[in-house]
Amino acid sequence: MADFETPEIKEYPVIPHLQEGVMAHSKPFVAKEEFQEQLGFPGELVDNWEQVALDKMQELTGKYRGFQVFLDSCVKCGACTDKCHYYLGTTDPKNMPVARQDLLRKVYRRNFTFAGKYFPKLVGAVDLTKEVLDDWYSYFHQCSQCRRCSVYCPYGIDTAEISMAAREIMDCVGVGQKYCNEIIGKVYKIGNNLGLPEPALVDTLEGLEEEVEEDTGVKVRFPVDEKGADVLVVTPSADFFAEPHVDGLIGYAKVFHEAGISWTLSSHASEAANFGMFIGSYENMRKVSMRIREAALDLGVKRIIMGECGHAWRVAYSFLNTLAGPFDFLDPNYPVPQHILEFTHDLIQRGALTLDKSANDDMIMTYHDSCNVARASRMGSRPGGQFTIPRDVIRASCNHFFDMPQETIHEATYCCGGGGGLLTDDLMELRVKGALPRMEALKQVVEEHGVTHMAAICAICKSQFSKVLPYYGFTMDSIVSVHQLVSNAIVLGNKQ
Amino acid sequence: MPFLTIVYALLFYVATALLVGGLAYKIRQYAKTPAPLKIPTTPAPVTRSGVALRMFRELAFFESLFKSNKWIWLFGYLFHFGMFLVLARHLRYFTDPVWTWVDLIQPFGMYAAFAMAAGLAGLWARRFLVDRVRYISALSDHLMLALLMAIALTGMAMDYLTHTDIVAVKAFFLGLMYFNWQPLPQDPVLLLHLALVAALMIIFPISKLLHAPGIFFSPTRNQVDNPREQRHLAPWAAKLENK
Ligand code: HEM
Ligand code: SF4
Ligand code: SF4
Repeated sequence: MADFETPEIKEYPVIPHLQEGVMAHSKPFVAKEEFQEQLGFPGELVDNWEQVALDKMQELTGKYRGFQVFLDSCVKCGACTDKCHYYLGTTDPKNMPVARQDLLRKVYRRNFTFAGKYFPKLVGAVDLTKEVLDDWYSYFHQCSQCRRCSVYCPYGIDTAEISMAAREIMDCVGVGQKYCNEIIGKVYKIGNNLGLPEPALVDTLEGLEEEVEEDTGVKVRFPVDEKGADVLVVTPSADFFAEPHVDGLIGYAKVFHEAGISWTLSSHASEAANFGMFIGSYENMRKVSMRIREAALDLGVKRIIMGECGHAWRVAYSFLNTLAGPFDFLDPNYPVPQHILEFTHDLIQRGALTLDKSANDDMIMTYHDSCNVARASRMGSRPGGQFTIPRDVIRASCNHFFDMPQETIHEATYCCGGGGGLLTDDLMELRVKGALPRMEALKQVVEEHGVTHMAAICAICKSQFSKVLPYYGFTMDSIVSVHQLVSNAIVLGNKQ
Repeated sequence: MPFLTIVYALLFYVATALLVGGLAYKIRQYAKTPAPLKIPTTPAPVTRSGVALRMFRELAFFESLFKSNKWIWLFGYLFHFGMFLVLARHLRYFTDPVWTWVDLIQPFGMYAAFAMAAGLAGLWARRFLVDRVRYISALSDHLMLALLMAIALTGMAMDYLTHTDIVAVKAFFLGLMYFNWQPLPQDPVLLLHLALVAALMIIFPISKLLHAPGIFFSPTRNQVDNPREQRHLAPWAAKLENK
């Protein structure tokens, strides 16, 4: 299948001994000039790149308190060293969160601290050289910005913040990552990550309408650009046709249909994903976010609801108000934005949906908490709602549900291995190896409870699992959308 | 005035100035640098008082570390809590009359020194024995532990082995505080202990010991989880809106 070995699932998860340099070869393709320039970055490595990089580093320490505090505060206690799925899956020590940070910290120390300037050997400070830059490119693209390390660090040091800053610095000297930067370019040009133009989108949705009507006999609508609808739904573009994502989209449509609430998608904001976050660029993240505000204003909606996507929910929940707010033109009775699961959950609570759980009896479910939802956002009004609300909805839609081991779910959840802008074929080895801890946990519930399917609420997780599950002996269709379960269970036409 | 007394008096003035000045500089820097985005590690408290409680649990119990690794937690907690008691016990050299609570904890302070040394020994052992921690340790990480261990051991040596004239030591420090210098006993162990402490004070603001002020400013721990309810905007980000 590939030129690397899939890690073996052991009987019990073990913390591996380190093997230096085993992932030094793993690097994503570099972005071409035209894609760099679209985002306002130089097209290739600039001449005085060392100085440009250091200036940028200094600028970022002045703009982001977290970056500054994290660079100073690490005591090298080692508590985070066994928390990263990429370390556990690859055994490369530079994938230990603190070692990843140190790749940047040692340059920070050399140039901006007393100890590093005068006693570099003592504190392990080094100059910024081409070798260091190569290491950055390699290992800051082996971090899915999942924040698991931040949960366990006594100071909350978040390696995701360091890797975002590192990627921003690399973009500014002209070495950006192809996958992320091309995609952001497509969002600017066409409106979504997949480069799906408006007519194709309309076509696709019409096709879905027909399909659902054939299946159920009910005309469930999939509206686009309908002015005056109550709700603007912004969802990852993978929902328009990838499996199992699209089954989730069908679920949203059925829920709106049953709730009798008018909704619409927007061709201007036909993408919930915001890869500006992955490259640490506030400006690009803001620009991508503004499309949602523009669409909401243009369509005159009262509410904004986000579809199933992990990092998109982080940007929407945590940052949208900051980046594209204030949203005082929307209905103040609802949070801005809402998650589709908050919406469905609320309807279930109020008894507004009829769900026939037996429709999902062919599946024994477990649930994968996506990192950005689990550790960087919330649902509902209480802390931890991001764990209970999806599970409540799953339990309301099917009869058989079992959680994976405690140390692999909720805030301790393991990344799918493909987040943070790494969901690209040129990083396949990393993606397969990084999935190991999740696969181990899955295997455990498969063996103990006969689990057959895993649900997720993130477009990246779903795509990643479809691809890597087979490497570990599972079938690719054992990953499903949460709203796919809702879609199967919902009894249409019941509550008119 | 003996020459060594003058050297030590000046040393402590310089060390105190560097410690206070350096920390003030760093704290000011942290306080003035904006945190443009809401990035608390969730689940996070949704109120200010909730955040205060979270921070208290981190400071008083090392909550995250406890979730993370029981060995590091045990050694780290022994060391810090021991050090905290030892420091509190040392207040008797700087107060006259000695505050009652400082008097009351004197007996605990003695055991605390053992806890501190044991904790340090455990942390140091990890730096040799655990391959992951060995990999991330620089020379400075070992030296920091060596310095703290040396301070603890010289201090304990004076408690149990060589005894120094603590009345004179107290007179020296009170003298420093009130600018009325008194001679310092010329005990080698005492002189070593004090020199190491001065070194620690000087190193503090330019080393990883910045974790002590740093934790208060860590956005993943000190932010309220309320981005939907309240718009959060940094000054530099606000400027982008007017473009
Ligand atoms: C706000 C007060 C402080 C808090 C909450 C705090 C917390 C921590 C934590 C959680 C660790 C990691 C675990 C460990 O290795 O022990 C640590 C490490 C450390 N702390 Fe503190 N600390 C504080 C103040 C201090 C002070 C005042 C000193 C020294 C004078 C100090 C010296 C150290 C050292 C040397 C380490 C590294 C230990 C090693 O090498 O493994 N800390 N601190
Ligand atoms: S953020 Fe996630 S991927 Fe990155 S270092 Fe931390 S644990 Fe690893
Ligand atoms: S847990 Fe935090 S302080 Fe400890 S080594 Fe990791 S990043 Fe540094």
